[in-house]
Amino acid sequence: MSEHTAKIGSANEPLLSVRSLSVEFRTDQGAFRAVKDVSFDVQPGKTLAVVGESGSGKSVTSLAIMRLTDYTGGRIAGGEVLFRPKGGEAIDLVKASDDTLRGIRGKDIAMIFQEPMTSLNPVFTIGNQIGETLALHEGLNTRDSRLRAKELLQKVRLPDADKLLDRYPHQLSGGMRQRVMIAMALACNPKLLIADEPTTALDVTIQAQILNIIRDLQQEMGTAVIFITHDMGVVAEMADDVVVMWKGDKVEQAPVREIFAAPKHPYTRALLSAVPRLGSLKGQPLPKRSPVMVMDGGEPRQVGETHVQNTANYTKPILQVDKLTTRFDVGKTFFGRVTHRVHAVEEVSFDIYPGETLALVGESGSGKSTIGRTLQQLIEPTGGTVRFDGRDMNAMSHGERRRLRQQIQYIFQDPFASLDPRHTVGYSIAEPIVVHGLIKDRKAIDKRVQELLEQVGLQPQHAKRYPHEFSGGQRQRVCIARALASDPKLIIADESVSALDVSIQAQIVNLLMELQERRGLSYLFITHDMAVVEKISHRVAVMYLGQIVEIGTRQAVFENPQHSYTRKLLSAVPIADPQRERAKTRIEGEIPSPVRPVGKEPAIHRMHEVEPGHWVALEADTMRGAA
Amino acid sequence: MAAAQAVSSGRRHFRSLEFTLGILFAGGMSLAVLLSPFLFPDGGESMDLMARLVPPFQKAAHILGTDPLGRDMLARVVVGGKISLTVGLLSMLGAMTIGTLVGLAAGYYRGIAEILLMRFADIQLALPFILVAIMFLAILGTGVDKVIFFMIVAQWVQYARLVRGSVLALREREFIQSARAIGVGNGRIIFTHILPNVLGPIVILMTLNVANNILLESSLTFIGLGVDPLIPSWGGMLADGRTYLQTAWWVSVFPGLAIMFTVLGLNLLGDWLRDLLDPTGQTGK
Repeated sequence: MSEHTAKIGSANEPLLSVRSLSVEFRTDQGAFRAVKDVSFDVQPGKTLAVVGESGSGKSVTSLAIMRLTDYTGGRIAGGEVLFRPKGGEAIDLVKASDDTLRGIRGKDIAMIFQEPMTSLNPVFTIGNQIGETLALHEGLNTRDSRLRAKELLQKVRLPDADKLLDRYPHQLSGGMRQRVMIAMALACNPKLLIADEPTTALDVTIQAQILNIIRDLQQEMGTAVIFITHDMGVVAEMADDVVVMWKGDKVEQAPVREIFAAPKHPYTRALLSAVPRLGSLKGQPLPKRSPVMVMDGGEPRQVGETHVQNTANYTKPILQVDKLTTRFDVGKTFFGRVTHRVHAVEEVSFDIYPGETLALVGESGSGKSTIGRTLQQLIEPTGGTVRFDGRDMNAMSHGERRRLRQQIQYIFQDPFASLDPRHTVGYSIAEPIVVHGLIKDRKAIDKRVQELLEQVGLQPQHAKRYPHEFSGGQRQRVCIARALASDPKLIIADESVSALDVSIQAQIVNLLMELQERRGLSYLFITHDMAVVEKISHRVAVMYLGQIVEIGTRQAVFENPQHSYTRKLLSAVPIADPQRERAKTRIEGEIPSPVRPVGKEPAIHRMHEVEPGHWVALEADTMRGAA
Repeated sequence: MAAAQAVSSGRRHFRSLEFTLGILFAGGMSLAVLLSPFLFPDGGESMDLMARLVPPFQKAAHILGTDPLGRDMLARVVVGGKISLTVGLLSMLGAMTIGTLVGLAAGYYRGIAEILLMRFADIQLALPFILVAIMFLAILGTGVDKVIFFMIVAQWVQYARLVRGSVLALREREFIQSARAIGVGNGRIIFTHILPNVLGPIVILMTLNVANNILLESSLTFIGLGVDPLIPSWGGMLADGRTYLQTAWWVSVFPGLAIMFTVLGLNLLGDWLRDLLDPTGQTGK
């Protein structure tokens, strides 16, 4: 990695040395050791990625370096963190006084967090917040700090820096806020930047922009970076060295290419086998299940089989959506007249066939979730028709529409939030059966619930437990069992695997595909994750600002993308392969807002067929619609 | 799993401690009040002017001493509990039931009903309690039933506002959306998914409300709008004892202690109930 030449310190003197660090948290059952005896070095100007799944202790490690664990109930139980600022003596941050630490935090070591909305104070302007850091550490006066703040915003490529200084955080988009966070972190030219999942909450195209900015600034300023992430794609794009953590232990450390080419620890191998890689199904017309390695005790075990998903039956569609439009009123005058509308979905049309998975992909604000919710009758559509099994939903009676909720089921993104915490999972799974009166006998219902739990890979006796007693992956299995309970024909999966760790995600994707084969289910798979889409879907529809810009078979859309937005989306996905060249075409621009004043309706794209079944919106129309 | 079990059994133990103390205080007090006709057939009314203001623990016949008219304090504290507990508990239950139902409906269905109900609640909260009480009871007349009725009318608003607020937050939660997506009807969503999740704050308000009601009853009695002042009640005794605070502390301290232990017992029972209703054991920890 010649582009990351060290600029400060000598190459053999690490900037930060973590030695046998252990962190404990006090719990009801005594001390819990979240980080066990972890050691690593960070070289000046280099990027060290710390990867691991939830509960691996990666975030705690990063907090412990700044001794921020003191504020979250943690205690550093042992070890040392030696920090060598330029030309200075090594300071052991574990033993340093609070005053010393305050001088270092934000000045020599800066941090960026995952959620840019909650890390910025909502009642101060951007200028005030950047100025605060500058006044504190550099002793600048108001005018100088404003000038400096403007420079910093330009550095993170925010347009209109002058105006932005007087804005409040809520007036900025997520990506802009994260850029402000980076600007603040870099305000004092820190020697070390700790970035804890800085792009996880962002859309892929925005993520690509942020990663680019961090990389450029790092080269320019010679900052060392500790990058905490769960995303192996981001690791491959960003890191020089990688530390893999598992259950509080460091299980492996190596340069990035070695980790990907020859992982040594079984956990690293399992982790890498689960990572979906964009382009892995190149040349294959159908989605494919492939085995996953899971850790069983300390040993990796292979689960699942290779199986081509030839389940779709293209004779008669199960769901036909025609010119579906959903708008929300926002902004009213004093007299209650609507002034603005969110044009969430505009004249969207598609079909889903039995046994088929149609993926609806797009970034936040594209309207993909609104389509799902409209189909599930959680939102009333503004216009258009939806036919299920040939019958028009608009023409259905109240009772028929209720029965439709038995045939179409919905799996939400967050498996914890979508289960009632006050009821056992058995109760939740039985609820659709009870509500639709599918089985009357209490004992028969219990038996059915147990069967369902077994089908999704859980134990029958789990029925008596409450949601909080399960892990995230198990909870999503419960949600799937619940969706299956009413024996539906179509399942709408709204970002259902996005919140899960990769190894769990791979298993859940396999489970969904297995169930599809066994029951002939159709899926509407709503997601922003292109790599998962490639694995699971037969056809793909790409959404942008409430309209479909490209729709076709997965192979056609992924291997022969026609619309510029599809290409942009595909190129923004970080690829879990460090051999690839890093400097890619730079992606610019924000996603425009779908809010429009009343009377200014967006133009509807004209679609044309580039090959059989592969429709693309006219580029000129899309540009006009976005303006 | 073993660790998780250890936690839950540890919690259960703590729960049972709360439960034991709660039952001991609140249950013991209620039992004594229920048995008072047999324990003190005179209803604490018999006066002994020769034994006025006897300090406690001096005479076997008057363990807790006597009041300015020579009436036995123990008898009066136990008998006085009848009015206080009846008014405190019944008005709380009435206000809770009405307020919760209104809050559930307003928060879940929204719309014009919510606006009307909540504006009405705001108006009611803005009126001074005593002023309304004077008007209200002057028209209705006095008596235990009227006092209870008035307190229900005055206090359901608190429950309605609390419940509506919680429901507003809950109805957007994903598990409610997911219940709707499955096809669960409105009634079932309200009573099996929303109500159990708002019980925690309701229970806390209930326990605070009982204590407040016992004291409110005494202030109503004090201004002559409550129960017949000749019938002993904790609040009334507390008010009467004020004049003797310098010379005979026991006249007001014992009814005060009775209120304190009852309320403490109810609070402990409330905490226990809240934990029992919450399988995650998260609330209030």
